[in-house]
Amino acid sequence: MIKTTYAKGKVVAKTGNEVMAEAMRQIAPDVVAAYPITPATEIVQIFSQFVADGLVPTEFVAVESEHSAMSACIGACAAGARTMTGTSSQGLALMWEMLYIAAGLRLPLVMAVINRALSAPINIHGDQSDTMGARDAGWIQIYSENSQEAYDNMVQSTRIAEKLQLPTMITTDGFIISHCMEVVEILPDEDVKKFAGEFKPERYLLDIKRPYTLGAIDLQDYYFEHRFQLADAMNNAIPVILEVAQDFYKTFGRKYDLYEKYCMDDAEVALVIIGSAAGTAKVVVDDLRSKGVKAGLIKIRVFRPFPAKQLAADLAKLKVVAVMDRADSCSGAGAPLYTDVTAALYSNANAGLPLPKVVDYVYGLGGRDIDLDHFHEVFARLEKIKAGGPIGPVVEYINVRK
Amino acid sequence: MKAEEHKLTAKELPVGDILEAGTAVAFKTGAWRSIRPVWNAQKCIQCMICWISCPDTSIIVKDGKVTGINYDHCKGCGICAVECPKKVCAITMEAEKK
Amino acid sequence: MIEIRWHGRGGQGAKTAALLFAEAALATGKYIQAFPEYGPERMGAPVQSFNRISDVPITLHCGLHEPSFVVILDPTLMDSVPVTAGLKKDGKVIVNTSFSAATIATRLGINASQVFVVNASQIAQDTIGMDIPNTPMLGALVKVIGTLDLNGVLEDTKHKLEQKFRHKPQVIEGNLESIKRAFNEVKNV
Repeated sequence: MIKTTYAKGKVVAKTGNEVMAEAMRQIAPDVVAAYPITPATEIVQIFSQFVADGLVPTEFVAVESEHSAMSACIGACAAGARTMTGTSSQGLALMWEMLYIAAGLRLPLVMAVINRALSAPINIHGDQSDTMGARDAGWIQIYSENSQEAYDNMVQSTRIAEKLQLPTMITTDGFIISHCMEVVEILPDEDVKKFAGEFKPERYLLDIKRPYTLGAIDLQDYYFEHRFQLADAMNNAIPVILEVAQDFYKTFGRKYDLYEKYCMDDAEVALVIIGSAAGTAKVVVDDLRSKGVKAGLIKIRVFRPFPAKQLAADLAKLKVVAVMDRADSCSGAGAPLYTDVTAALYSNANAGLPLPKVVDYVYGLGGRDIDLDHFHEVFARLEKIKAGGPIGPVVEYINVRK
Repeated sequence: MKAEEHKLTAKELPVGDILEAGTAVAFKTGAWRSIRPVWNAQKCIQCMICWISCPDTSIIVKDGKVTGINYDHCKGCGICAVECPKKVCAITMEAEKK
Repeated sequence: MIEIRWHGRGGQGAKTAALLFAEAALATGKYIQAFPEYGPERMGAPVQSFNRISDVPITLHCGLHEPSFVVILDPTLMDSVPVTAGLKKDGKVIVNTSFSAATIATRLGINASQVFVVNASQIAQDTIGMDIPNTPMLGALVKVIGTLDLNGVLEDTKHKLEQKFRHKPQVIEGNLESIKRAFNEVKNV
């Protein structure tokens, strides 16, 4: 039998969507307002079944669109309710203006986002264009490699959000994780409940003894101060995220950081990657290591706030880096993760620290597969660059018929 | 001359675009007025139309009767004088004598 | 690691079979993955689903292109779908058919030693009363793989079906019987 890391944990075979809904049931938020969209539909469907079966006392609000879902969540959270929702792709896009409002009002909502490509052309499969587009909305963004991470990140989510008063999205790759049945260790209900604690907002609208105005207009004289508060909260988020991860490790035995370092101790060439493809790439890293190649991998877990300082320090030790982006920014100059990684590295340049050579790969758009051969191809190029070969195009698109 | 208002810093501001409720009472918009309504108790028929119409809730009502005008908050818009029935004409606008 | 590809038609339960199989393999202590190929999900359209079974945690999240086992729920698919695509050199194909392994091997253009046949549709008719070949094919697959414990698989499937068919005990018995029969009847000749 497969052993659990937590003595009271239970090993089950479940899909990403099932375990995300499970974590939501265990946290038992006061309100969930949601609208179904592939591939996040199951989260909403399973959770509403939990409500219908009386397994969770949540008020479930079935709304007519994602814009309404986020609006209802904002209202509920402002009223003082612990609030969660889930969406994907076009659904997240429809929430756009409300995302900024949730962040601006500093409402600690939690949203499960199943990463899916954005239309057009219409496509239901996994890439990270949706949440990458929302990266500047003022939300904490935590990405998951597999179902276990999706579950564990959900369990940690409310505490992070509520401590920072920042809305938080937990993501996994559409279909690849959301619909893939894997081995997941589920924690006991009461232990998750205890870990999540109670939502005790300092101020809430239904507190009739201390009424207040929320969301009033700010002009040139105050808007900037409020936005600075948001920037400051993001700046202070890293220690809080680490503190929650540390407590999760102490309580349940699974370790989480801002990013995972895989074979990085003496690595010379490495990938920086987000999400499910990291797991595939790890197999290639293992293979290369067995052949004496000093390959490594950094898997970003926390993308917002971006762990720039830590990452730059770790990347300084490398010779060549490939940043793997499962989204494009259509800037003509590299994709979102690449621009953040290279910006972070520039602080090394300012500090006179060594700089690795960096290339960008856009991969897997619309769920296009990326397999072992593709990662071998990437590492082979990094090795050539390391040996003094030409860098070639800085931004490459891999496994696409050009 | 009035001293310049202290603007709160990001640290001093409550988090999340929060303002205390009922702060309009402390904000004296009466200083914006260039003409003022003058209410005549003898002519007033207590129809309450001015009370309904005033955008700044500056018609003072006690025990269901109009008793005067709150000059701390009245901006001198003149709606009350216009809405007061023509036959009654209990409110007239006069220039601020300052 | 064992990689398995299921071929079926929309509605035949290829996805369910992969999920059931994964859960049963987990019950016998293996690490598992089960994922369907999502596309045109219409009744009758050719569909695929996949399993990975391993003694160590599985981190692969790419598509599965080189299966060591291919399970064909509907023999008519052999004419319209490249069912042996990517099949490992010594890979095995298990087909729901009344024909012999040799006949199927000729049709597929592979060695007869790679082909296993079982009349899963007939077994399903006899035991469940409907042509739902996915559960009997589970039994056939367990036999051909050889490293999984049949009793563990039966126990887990029973548990799973009990949750789904609380009010239809005859469905549970029929399904379990179909797994056992296919396990015993699948053959390489």
